[in-house]
Amino acid sequence: MSERASIDFSGFSCPTSDGSAERIVLGHGGGGLLSGELIERIFLPAFGNPVLERLGDSAVLEELPGRLACSTDSFVVRPLFFPGGSIGELAVNGTVNDLAMSGAVTRFLTAGFILEEGLPIVDLERITAAMAAAAAAAGVRVVAGDTKVVERGHGDGVYINTTGIGVVPEGVDLDAGRIEPGDAVVLSGTLADHGMAVMSLREGLGFEAEIASDTAALHGLVVEMLAAVDGIRLLRDPTRGGVATSLNEIASLASAARRAAGREPVGIEIDDAAVPVAPAVASACELLGLDPLLVANEGKLLAIVAGDEAGRLLEAMRSRPEGRNAAVIGRVTRRPAGKVTARTPIGGSRVVPLPVGEQLPRIC
Amino acid sequence: MCLAIPGRIGEIYEDRGTRMGKVDFGGVVKEVCLAYLPEIEVGDYTIVHVGFAISRIDEESARQTLATFAELGLLEEELEELRATDETPP
Amino acid sequence: MKYLTEYRNADTARRLAAEIRRSATRPWAIMEVCGGQTHSIIRNGIDQLLGEDVEMIHGPGCPVCVTPLSVIDRAIEIAARPEVIFCSFGDMLRVPGSRENLFDVKGRGGDVRVVYSPLDAVRLAAENPDREVVFLAIGFETTAPANAMAIKLAASRGLANFSAIVSHVLVPPAIDAIMRSPGCRVDAFLAAGHVCSVMGTWQYPDLCRTHRVPIVITGFEPLDLLEGIRRAIAQLEAGRYEVENAYARVVTDEGNREAQAVLAEVFEPVDRAWRGIGTIPASGWQLAEAYAAFNAQRRFPAAGQPAEESPLCHSGEVLQGTLKPNECPAFGRECTPRTPLGATMVSSEGACAAYFHAGR
Repeated sequence: MSERASIDFSGFSCPTSDGSAERIVLGHGGGGLLSGELIERIFLPAFGNPVLERLGDSAVLEELPGRLACSTDSFVVRPLFFPGGSIGELAVNGTVNDLAMSGAVTRFLTAGFILEEGLPIVDLERITAAMAAAAAAAGVRVVAGDTKVVERGHGDGVYINTTGIGVVPEGVDLDAGRIEPGDAVVLSGTLADHGMAVMSLREGLGFEAEIASDTAALHGLVVEMLAAVDGIRLLRDPTRGGVATSLNEIASLASAARRAAGREPVGIEIDDAAVPVAPAVASACELLGLDPLLVANEGKLLAIVAGDEAGRLLEAMRSRPEGRNAAVIGRVTRRPAGKVTARTPIGGSRVVPLPVGEQLPRIC
Repeated sequence: MCLAIPGRIGEIYEDRGTRMGKVDFGGVVKEVCLAYLPEIEVGDYTIVHVGFAISRIDEESARQTLATFAELGLLEEELEELRATDETPP
Repeated sequence: MKYLTEYRNADTARRLAAEIRRSATRPWAIMEVCGGQTHSIIRNGIDQLLGEDVEMIHGPGCPVCVTPLSVIDRAIEIAARPEVIFCSFGDMLRVPGSRENLFDVKGRGGDVRVVYSPLDAVRLAAENPDREVVFLAIGFETTAPANAMAIKLAASRGLANFSAIVSHVLVPPAIDAIMRSPGCRVDAFLAAGHVCSVMGTWQYPDLCRTHRVPIVITGFEPLDLLEGIRRAIAQLEAGRYEVENAYARVVTDEGNREAQAVLAEVFEPVDRAWRGIGTIPASGWQLAEAYAAFNAQRRFPAAGQPAEESPLCHSGEVLQGTLKPNECPAFGRECTPRTPLGATMVSSEGACAAYFHAGR
């Protein structure tokens, strides 16, 4: 009898699942039995609706009245769970909000998941439940989905893509070309909540604070706003890159559209003192040397509105929880063309530039 | 350099022989090394840079500075004029 | 926030600014040494409130701008090593080396992590015994005590996998060098308040006397800066040159003795090359021999590639105040915040970046 070589089996794990899987394995993305289990166990119960339950290769949707709006967004956030929410809420609210910025009410959503091998299934369940709740609250149905699995180390747990289809009501025509000097810049609430909530959990930058992400669906707020006044020129949701990025984009877009029509470009001037920031968020920004104008938001919008309608618009916005801290933060001006400036609290002026890349904490 | 902001010492403890504390910066609490301020006490205010308390804020001195500013006499109407020029659109 | 909000009072700021405008009877140029002060000046628009006669020259007080190119290159080299977790303050990630920056290394798969405190790097070393944790220990005298304590703690906890690239710069020799440089236009200095909270004020009277310049130790909030400027102008108008402490709530004459003791133990003076300016004698700190085991530059052999500054970059002259950013031929062309050639375009308070964003 030959000597058997001694093999250590302790590190061995079977790449197929015995059905009692606690973690995502590569097989879950294979389209076969395991993928089917995910659909049955997690996605259908969470998103269940007649369209999805047909489990066709594509969803056939009912006829929608009027102009359609469509938007897609991918969600990549670390950590997956943070005070105030998770990647799940972001994935639904983010796309609902993108569509809301065209004045559209989202009807249908798709959800594509890229899961990292090793993701605990309970995490996927939590995320999906969060998406389902957000979708229900926003009156949206998830009608199509996809799941792929990538090898351990090739993803941050979960990446989600959602594409939304919505309807733009008649008469709604939001267009940067309509922006005029004298228009008011309105912000729906406090800045930097989301970015700082996530930052508070980042390794090395961590701190304890009562800061929660502001993730929220804004379509209801937009409907109220469009009903309250006629003079809303444009809506924008300041996510990555913050209000600074959105305002710079607005100033550029408006100037380009006006130039094309043979008109003078415009700029935007904001009033630092008028920008609402929650006290703990302001402190967290001070600590890390970050400018709230450059930090991400997930439940806020900017509106450019005719100057004389700002008051009425604010009243309408403040009647809703998502708009309770709405404020006029600035004006559209004639100069400097295409740029954004801010009046500082002590009466000086500064330029609000388009941020180059991710904002990093500083010591300087 | 040197981004350092004031915070209030809430708690003091030792971590493996090093003096540490929890400092409250207007609602944000962070753990800070207090090794360089052996005499500082709970309730004191300190300036913190990159996770280290480097100086105690002297309350009396702060009060004095603000008092000297207040003495910078300007007639109320001159102040109104100054405020008004800020609001003039460009 | 207490001790912050009161020093941002808009009415008091206007009064101080008015007082400055009223008291300056001829042109004066004041240099603030600290990058944090430059940041606050630009953020609050303070330099626009001072009137025609008072000019602020932004000094080389930003470690981002002045850390030698060779140090950046070494950091990049070390950060690219697979066994290394490279830790750095956020400011340094986009500073251009000869060929690329730390952010690029991260993009290529290097484990580069932003830390808020050097203690985070020490913690990472304890948690990752199978990796080499390297910390980029830069900064002025304000940051040096934190970096020194981190190294001391790593030593006392036996963290053999921890090391640091130490490259500190010192303010007083810089002030001296600036005053000696030809074409120097500085009439008075605002000294760096937090540097002085560590080092005290005793290093400045000699500089005052030698160069006959007022030196006002100044804080960072709008009222602190305006008060520092006001006192500097008052001295200049009266023909005085003294050290004044306008940040007394934080700065004492002796500074922080405990910090100074640890600094003397962990670091030793060295001639330091300031990027864009040149070598200033005894203007830096390096790791003392006693802590050589924690010197990352010794632990990781150099690849030997020469440090090459872009020939188009004039950061040095900008830092010394002898060239305005918009007078540089590369400004806005080859050199922009998106494609910076030198550190003064990368840093949020670098003069070049400030000019670019202000549309000058």
